[in-house]
Amino acid sequence: MNTPFCPNCGAAIEFRWSSAVQTTCPYCGSILVRHDVDLEKVGVVADLPATPSPIQITSEGVWRNRPFVVVGRILYEWDGGGWNEWHLIFSDGVSAWLSDAQAEYAVSVLKPAPEKLPPAGEIERGRKFRWEGAVYEVTALTRARYRGVEGELPFEYWDKDEVLFADLRTADRRFGTIDYSDAEPLLFLGEAVEFDDLRLKNLRQFEGW
Amino acid sequence: MAIVGLKCPNCGAGIELRGFEHTQSVVCIQCLAVLDAKDPNLQVIQQFAERQRVQPLIPLGTRGKLHGDPYEVIGFQERTILVDGMPYSWHEYLLFNPFKGFRYLTQYNGHWNDVKTLRETPPPAGSKSGKPAVSHLGETYLHFQSAEASTTFVMGEFPWQVRVGEGARVVDYIAPPRMLSVETTGSEQTWSMGEYIEGARVWEAFQLRGSPPPAAGTFANQPSPYTGKPGTIWRAFLGLVFVLVALAWIFTLWSREEEVFRQRYTYAPGRPGEASFVTRTFDLGGRTSNVELSIRTDLSNNWAYFNFALINEQTGQALDFAREVSYYFGRDGDGAWNEGSKGDRVLIPSVPAGRYYLRVEPEMNPQTQARSMSYDLQLRRDVPAYSYFLIVALLLVVPPAAVSLRAAGFEKARWAESDHAPASADDSDSDSDDGDD
Repeated sequence: MNTPFCPNCGAAIEFRWSSAVQTTCPYCGSILVRHDVDLEKVGVVADLPATPSPIQITSEGVWRNRPFVVVGRILYEWDGGGWNEWHLIFSDGVSAWLSDAQAEYAVSVLKPAPEKLPPAGEIERGRKFRWEGAVYEVTALTRARYRGVEGELPFEYWDKDEVLFADLRTADRRFGTIDYSDAEPLLFLGEAVEFDDLRLKNLRQFEGW
Repeated sequence: MAIVGLKCPNCGAGIELRGFEHTQSVVCIQCLAVLDAKDPNLQVIQQFAERQRVQPLIPLGTRGKLHGDPYEVIGFQERTILVDGMPYSWHEYLLFNPFKGFRYLTQYNGHWNDVKTLRETPPPAGSKSGKPAVSHLGETYLHFQSAEASTTFVMGEFPWQVRVGEGARVVDYIAPPRMLSVETTGSEQTWSMGEYIEGARVWEAFQLRGSPPPAAGTFANQPSPYTGKPGTIWRAFLGLVFVLVALAWIFTLWSREEEVFRQRYTYAPGRPGEASFVTRTFDLGGRTSNVELSIRTDLSNNWAYFNFALINEQTGQALDFAREVSYYFGRDGDGAWNEGSKGDRVLIPSVPAGRYYLRVEPEMNPQTQARSMSYDLQLRRDVPAYSYFLIVALLLVVPPAAVSLRAAGFEKARWAESDHAPASADDSDSDSDDGDD
């Protein structure tokens, strides 16, 4: 496979994940969307604010006995702070998300919705769904501001403004998120995890820690 | 590592940041102004002319080790609830590790809890006692208290917008040593799980000087020092009773239970002459053991008194003792009644073998002029004495009964602080005190 070049600065762009739809140029910050072998510049990443996440692109870990590598992220902010959705690629090429909100970690995977999801205007707290043998209850509706992206993503994602998320919780550690950033709501299902469970390597260093 | 170089816009004191970009609010240690950590100029959000300063027991910036990980104390707050108009305050220490995240230590009256927020929502559950309950990881947590808590003092950093005076509804459920709490602020609900931790362990974890304040009273999820003990000690008691019964049985097998003397006599009160007499001699054989004397009379609505002496014919040694027998009966408004007994038994312990006789001196009310009394005296050698076993069993029951009482007392003290306290006895006490003047 030919190494593609950044149409903006000419830097060679290497993909860690063959199915990546979008990436960012690490040199000039252009947001690049892949068309076959060519890359199209669709925008420029605003300077991402510093976040306290110990995870970074190239961090590696294990979830449910499958190794993964962090290849990208989306950064959101809301009234209660910011959080990172780290894009993970498992060794078998499957993509998943590791969210880090105030050092509370959760892994989730995009799932086909078992039923038609309510539109953004109709979702409300307390609503319950029975999926995969568990009762998922909407415990919070978060209006977040999209702050930027970095690295490889499984879809085109940039130029967003305000995004609505419905957080769903269960009696056990399973959780879900309905993402209303597109016309058709997306369902992510997963579980809350402890930092140690992920056996993370290649983490960011914090001075003094 | 603290970020330095920031200054409080209110008083100019240096502001340190330890929670990285997590920190939303920071409180100036100098002037206690609440500052917006997200604002580059640290805009003052809340300011107080005068406020009661609360001193944390673990200074901000102290690092300790909990669950094998280092944690730094970055925030401290006092929260207060009102119960019957009385304020009760507890302290919360916010702990931070950049990888593992946040946890809390709470302190009330010397009782500490190690707290972490929960990611799941514990569902309601049934309970034997009928108290509201929730279930978590297969364990049932009983409702303990619901209260409106307000933040009464803050210091340091918080990953949320902290305000003095901010209220939350706090509901606690307990399964000692654990406690589940759910806090509701506006539309947000947060569950957390606390585990009781000894103050000494906190001091050890944070290498604090001196000793922790002594724990006063009984705390909601304080583990009972008697947990499991009543069961253990009652099982031990049952074991000992079993041994005792076995011993009693062996004693029975050993005992000769031999009748050595039996004779029938009559006694007529008021008859002139000496009432006392001696029996024929009889042999007490075998090892030194007891002798049981049984008296059976035909008394009715009367009493008799017997002076006895068991005399060794060879040595002349006498063992004096006396018994009273009385038997009364009749009928009154409540029906038939009776009192006392027509017979009596006495056990004379440790009588050496030998040839003996009995001196008997019966006595009755000389006024009665009643019919004469006939009575039967029987002596049995070496009878099993079950009463000793009974006494030992009664003594043995004391420790388990005491432990059970104390265990029940501990639970009573625990629940006395809850919403489910039985109608308080203190109230009636104070009422009566008021009326004493």
